Amino acid sequence: MSSREQILASIKQNRPTLTPLPDLQSFDVDIDLKSKFVETLTGIGGMCTIVNDFETVKDYLLEQQAKGLSVIQGVTELEGYNLNTYSHSHASNLETIDTVLINGHIAVAENGAIWVREKDILNRLIPFICQNLIIVIAQKDIVANMHKAYEKITIDEDGYGVFIAGPSKTADIEQSLVIGAHGPLSLKVFIVQQS
Amino acid sequence: MKIALFIPCYVDQFYPNVAIATLQLLEKLGCDVSYPLTQTCCGQPMANAGFASMTAGCDKNFIANFSGFDYIVGPSGSCVLHLKEHLHDDKRPEQAAAIRKNIYELTEFLTDVLQVKNINASFPHKVGLHISCHGQRMLHLASMSEKVEPEFSKAEQLLSQVKGLQLLKTKRLDECCGFGGTFCVTEEAVSVRMGQDRVKEHVYNNVEYITGGDMSCLMHLEGILKRKKSNIKVLHFAEILNAQ
Amino acid sequence: MNKTIEDHSKAASVFLQDEQRATWHDETLWFVRAKRDKAAHQLPEWEALRDLASQIKDHTLSRLDEYLVQFETKANENGVTVHWANDADEHNRIIHGILKKHNAKNVVKSKSMLTEECQLNHYLRDHDISVVDTDLGEYIVQLREEQPSHIVLPAIHLKKEDVSNTFHKHLNTEKGNKDEVYLTRSARKVLRQKFITADAAITGVNFAVAETGGFVVCTNEGNADLGAHANKIHIACMGFEKIIPKAEHLGVFLRLLTRSATGQPITTYSSHFHRPKEGQEMHIVIVNNGRANQLGRKDFKNSLKCIRCAACFNTCPVYRRSGGHSYHNSVAGPIGSILAPNLDMRKNADLPFASTLCGSCTNVCPVKINIHEQLWNWRQILMKEGYGGTAKKASMKVMATVLASPTIYSLSGKIGRGMMRIMPWSVNNKLNPWYKHRELPEPPKQSFTEWYKKKRKHE
Repeated sequence: MSSREQILASIKQNRPTLTPLPDLQSFDVDIDLKSKFVETLTGIGGMCTIVNDFETVKDYLLEQQAKGLSVIQGVTELEGYNLNTYSHSHASNLETIDTVLINGHIAVAENGAIWVREKDILNRLIPFICQNLIIVIAQKDIVANMHKAYEKITIDEDGYGVFIAGPSKTADIEQSLVIGAHGPLSLKVFIVQQS
Repeated sequence: MKIALFIPCYVDQFYPNVAIATLQLLEKLGCDVSYPLTQTCCGQPMANAGFASMTAGCDKNFIANFSGFDYIVGPSGSCVLHLKEHLHDDKRPEQAAAIRKNIYELTEFLTDVLQVKNINASFPHKVGLHISCHGQRMLHLASMSEKVEPEFSKAEQLLSQVKGLQLLKTKRLDECCGFGGTFCVTEEAVSVRMGQDRVKEHVYNNVEYITGGDMSCLMHLEGILKRKKSNIKVLHFAEILNAQ
Repeated sequence: MNKTIEDHSKAASVFLQDEQRATWHDETLWFVRAKRDKAAHQLPEWEALRDLASQIKDHTLSRLDEYLVQFETKANENGVTVHWANDADEHNRIIHGILKKHNAKNVVKSKSMLTEECQLNHYLRDHDISVVDTDLGEYIVQLREEQPSHIVLPAIHLKKEDVSNTFHKHLNTEKGNKDEVYLTRSARKVLRQKFITADAAITGVNFAVAETGGFVVCTNEGNADLGAHANKIHIACMGFEKIIPKAEHLGVFLRLLTRSATGQPITTYSSHFHRPKEGQEMHIVIVNNGRANQLGRKDFKNSLKCIRCAACFNTCPVYRRSGGHSYHNSVAGPIGSILAPNLDMRKNADLPFASTLCGSCTNVCPVKINIHEQLWNWRQILMKEGYGGTAKKASMKVMATVLASPTIYSLSGKIGRGMMRIMPWSVNNKLNPWYKHRELPEPPKQSFTEWYKKKRKHE
């Protein structure tokens, strides 16, 4: 008998009596989603800017580029989109990228997390290996909590998807919080009010 | 209403004043209290050490002493809990079940059954409260800091009725003192350190007394206080609630 | 690793000798517990979420085999290879096999308590494969050739100066520079090169979703993703209890996990892996290693609901004052103390006694494992199986006999409260550990029973 069969047989033999799967609730709350999201994200080390439209985002990007920083631009609504040219780039080439701008799909007010799909990043490494990450979300895409988020997303729509909540961080040295561990040193979120 | 007084063995032997206070307090509140004379121990010392298999004799004796009462009241959350959870006798299952149902820790008996609103006691001192784990977390005599639930405390409800008593709380409101039955000797270093840490908070609050619902915890804290030649004394709730 | 297994209480007393450090350890972990409380209290539905999480896990355990098969089928459809390992050795052999096939010599690994349990690093090292633990805390302890002392905060037993010395020795950082940002950035520089130059990545699994065949990995540092995405081989290792039925259940668990662990609302990254990226191989190793046995133990099956948040560590007054290494098991703390005896009763017989049964662990557990009751239950089994030694059994027998007999009890009580001398803490002997730092109460002239007989009998 293979290990697979052995394990399954032994689980079947030992498993407890059937108990029912509970019905889920969404624990929805009537709050200002945008301000809750901003408050939470700021609390976990992220930065947040509310903008009326994409123009302000564009201006910010131009500033970065003017400083001579390398930028990957992954928001199709904005000019200068170049994400597709990095879709097969090797880690060693991406390691030097300074700023990456991508679209977020759903943002979660209770924890500041943003769902990013593989189709938003094309190359899974990009939002992790860059030094600074910028995510653009539409105000209408902010939901109250994780239950609401999972109602809206399909986790296996792409081969990969990730909730990103703030910049990478660690407190592994004496519990002292350090923003910027192995992944991005900063996360900036633009909330675009107009869709 | 026939009430039986259950006095844990170490209270009987080491802290008779706690038992006397409990008896007097209940009588003062109008209870008809009997003290079954051949009671010994609830069996917890063996059970918590892993020898629940050896408690049949204690169980049998307990049932023999405490059957037939409306309520059984004891000044110890820990011992009462043990009986509520583990008292059994294959030969007398109904009597064991009745005892498990009718046994009460002293403060919950006062607040829930007698519904005492005015204790008529006076204790003009600064008092620190030690919340004992078994009473709190398992008998639910007080809300627990870990849980998202409304705050309440049966002990505080009663202590607030005592004239002149100033209750001072510790920052770690409900951390264990480290007694833990045989733990206090098998894990001596951790046990003592836990007790010292609890004591430190009460010293910081400058209390005169530490009170609580379990003499076992208080005996451990008292042992540490005495070794450090501290002036802080320990008193069981019953002694304070019975103080004039 | 090859250290002799110390009895918990002995190791704890050594830990407590450095009073200042012990105070720091206790206070720091208490602070994490306080952050957890704050996070929990922000959600009015906290207790309802715990109920839901507990019920979902209960249900899953009751149909575990079916969910695992469903998971496997979906994962295969997704182009992921699923392996089954009955024990630690098989787990290690499977992983070695995959790596060998691709001639992979350098592996980056993110946190996985399962690989600690199976001692994968040692196995691979013995087969000339280098494994770098990429979680910062794990990296620190790996450089020091130590074990993690906490499943979420692996280096919580260390101070900045320890890390500074270790990094100076191994990473050539400035001597004496113990600034946490400097040290973190130094490790970042080294580890980012490791991610890029490795041949394969190993990750753990926080949740595996039966209906989609995918798995979720949670980190704050981004190390799991950097490893997995930068490499052509990704191996994810999971104990079979990591399975949950549906994607929607992730909502419940992700809300609870990090709030319970560190008080954060969620980890920085909650990565959902379903299919390998182009040109990548993705493997999942599903491990039993005694879990099926635990599933069959009525009193202990609930321990398999654990989502490894370590809230029970942080709240445990014993853990905080004894340190993770005193538990001599890959998972320390209260949960480790109920998991470990299932793996080896003799080796871990001391662990269920490393508790006062205060019950705080049970209260913080996000999946409502009755930890303190299981500790009590293990004590009964361990003593029954004879792991307590004959002396302990004999003294308990004496105690049980005296306490069961009102006659002996009252007789022995009369002689200077002699009855109490049979209680383990009050043995009248200066060798009794009680006396090391505590006094015993003065024996009163008469017991309450004696007082009562005199005062009341004839009233």
